[in-house]
Amino acid sequence: MGAAVATPWTARARRFEENVATREPAWVKGVLITIALAFFGLFLLLPLMTVFAEAFRKGWQVYFAALVEPDALSAIALTLLVAAIAVPLNLVFGVAAAWAIAKFDFRGKQLLTTLIDLPFSVSPVIAGLMFVLLFGMQGWFGPWLMAHDVKIIFAVPGLVLATIFVTFPFVARELIPLMEAQGREEEEAAIVLGASGWQTFWRVTLPNVKWGLLYGVILCNARAMGEFGAVSVVSGHIRGRTNTLPLQVEILYNEYNFAAAFAVASLLALLALLTLVIKSLVEWRGRQPLNAGEESQGVPA
Amino acid sequence: MKIIHLTRTLLVLALTVGASSATLAQATLLNVSYDPTRELYQDFNAAFAKYWKDQSGETVTIQQSHGGSGKQARSVIDGLEADVVTLALAYDIDAIAEKGKLIPQDWQKRLPNNSSPYTSTIVFLVRKGNPKGIKDWDDLVKPGVSVVTPNPKTSGGARWNYLAAWGYALKKPDGDEAKAREFVGRLYKNVPVLDSGARGSTTTFVERGIGDVLIAWENEAYLARKELGPDQFEIVTPSLSILAEPPVTVVDRVVDKKGARKVAEAYLEYLYSPEGQNIAGKNFYRPRDPQIAAQYAGRFAKVTLFTIDEVFGGWQKAQKTHFDDGGVYDQIAVQH
Repeated sequence: MGAAVATPWTARARRFEENVATREPAWVKGVLITIALAFFGLFLLLPLMTVFAEAFRKGWQVYFAALVEPDALSAIALTLLVAAIAVPLNLVFGVAAAWAIAKFDFRGKQLLTTLIDLPFSVSPVIAGLMFVLLFGMQGWFGPWLMAHDVKIIFAVPGLVLATIFVTFPFVARELIPLMEAQGREEEEAAIVLGASGWQTFWRVTLPNVKWGLLYGVILCNARAMGEFGAVSVVSGHIRGRTNTLPLQVEILYNEYNFAAAFAVASLLALLALLTLVIKSLVEWRGRQPLNAGEESQGVPA
Repeated sequence: MKIIHLTRTLLVLALTVGASSATLAQATLLNVSYDPTRELYQDFNAAFAKYWKDQSGETVTIQQSHGGSGKQARSVIDGLEADVVTLALAYDIDAIAEKGKLIPQDWQKRLPNNSSPYTSTIVFLVRKGNPKGIKDWDDLVKPGVSVVTPNPKTSGGARWNYLAAWGYALKKPDGDEAKAREFVGRLYKNVPVLDSGARGSTTTFVERGIGDVLIAWENEAYLARKELGPDQFEIVTPSLSILAEPPVTVVDRVVDKKGARKVAEAYLEYLYSPEGQNIAGKNFYRPRDPQIAAQYAGRFAKVTLFTIDEVFGGWQKAQKTHFDDGGVYDQIAVQH
């Protein structure tokens, strides 16, 4: 697919190669490629392959038995549930925040931009602890929640909150530079032509950023499913009830159940690989209109 | 738009899962326990569920949560709704009474034997052939011996380990407080990794291959040897060790709110029954019941045991002197 169309990258590479002034000696190129590939193999590919090798060491039966075990199934269901709540919420917030920051001027804009990044700089463990301090029984709202029989930490709402916190910046971070680069002209034109704010958003802003948005959502989802630190603090580790996939991996590993631990881990690794494939598809599809003119048939993935 | 469809389907699916587990919730117990009891309670929960079904006709599901004893107590204080706690040491349950006000102060008098249905002690796990020739506590403080034990700040097992070493040094013919302190200081100089829980230390020793000797719960050492191959590890029982009493209690505030007191109390009492004691013995805990204990006597090496009350004046005092911030352990750790 990609090979059929000459992308700007390959064209530029060819121009570099043909020009004596910018061409590197063959050995420099060779050494650089070797270093990069060796590093990639040693630090990325090898560990990833170990996960799958360990998972299948005792054969297919053990592998599938580990995945359909009730605790593992409930961990899968819980992980999907948490992601299904956290990702759409972050999607709405991310679009709103990016739109506000990129298209409007207001007091405190700089502050908001900085604050959005906060979850990236705060350790996930601290993020989890914050929720314990807020909603724990000894925390600020704990006694009130207890009196009204509302469970937040050590239950699904706490897991969702912690996940939302750590995945907060993904969508907004992806959209802000994109929207800022696109400027306000198209929206201004739409308004001048009589479109309402809502129409402008749906028909002009959103189509312009849809690939960036999808990319942000994919990254957000990957992190939401893989998060360990923050959810570990608020989970309470009740088997079959508040263990997400990464927590289930830890438990199985600690029970000397290595094949099952790696089987569940391979599920997460598979998810990561799938995310990468979708991401590449999205990037490729996002670049298409430059060459192929009109974006048309079908949504990728 | 397909994505929205997908999330909606997932949401509906997840809500159905959530709802179905909520209808079962009436007959569930949550047992918050410490690290090495996983296998014990896996067996015991199945046996109790069967017993309870025969007794009352009610189906009971027991959920488990495991972790470092101190960490688990903290979670219960912070609102983890445990119906029963089965922790590594009395001090952690005291904390639940004191800081969380979830159980009465005199909880330990409610069940026989200091509310500890089974006991254990502290032993050493060494690699096959015992290459460093470890026989007793004295061998652990020798230079060049690498010792694996968890962090006494977070792990209950680690605190028993520490106190066992201290008690040994104190009870030597010429032993006194200063010498015990120096002994334990030298011991911790030989520790390369401090994991947060007992199970973490075990995997460090057996899986990652770090250290010459693991100081561990007796039950944990036997289990590790059984799970990971008797051809790889040996158990060394020291001449003197501590009687470790892991206590259990019902969490009053939680069971009264849920109306689960009856089944929760029956659950703990069943630990004292012949069946419960048998399961404890099978999982390498020392049963309290003399008859059952006699059946398993051949499994465990004979060892002279001292109690924490004898040597340290109870958990409250031991905790305050040794493990609280600024206590003896902190002073020793600073000297490293």
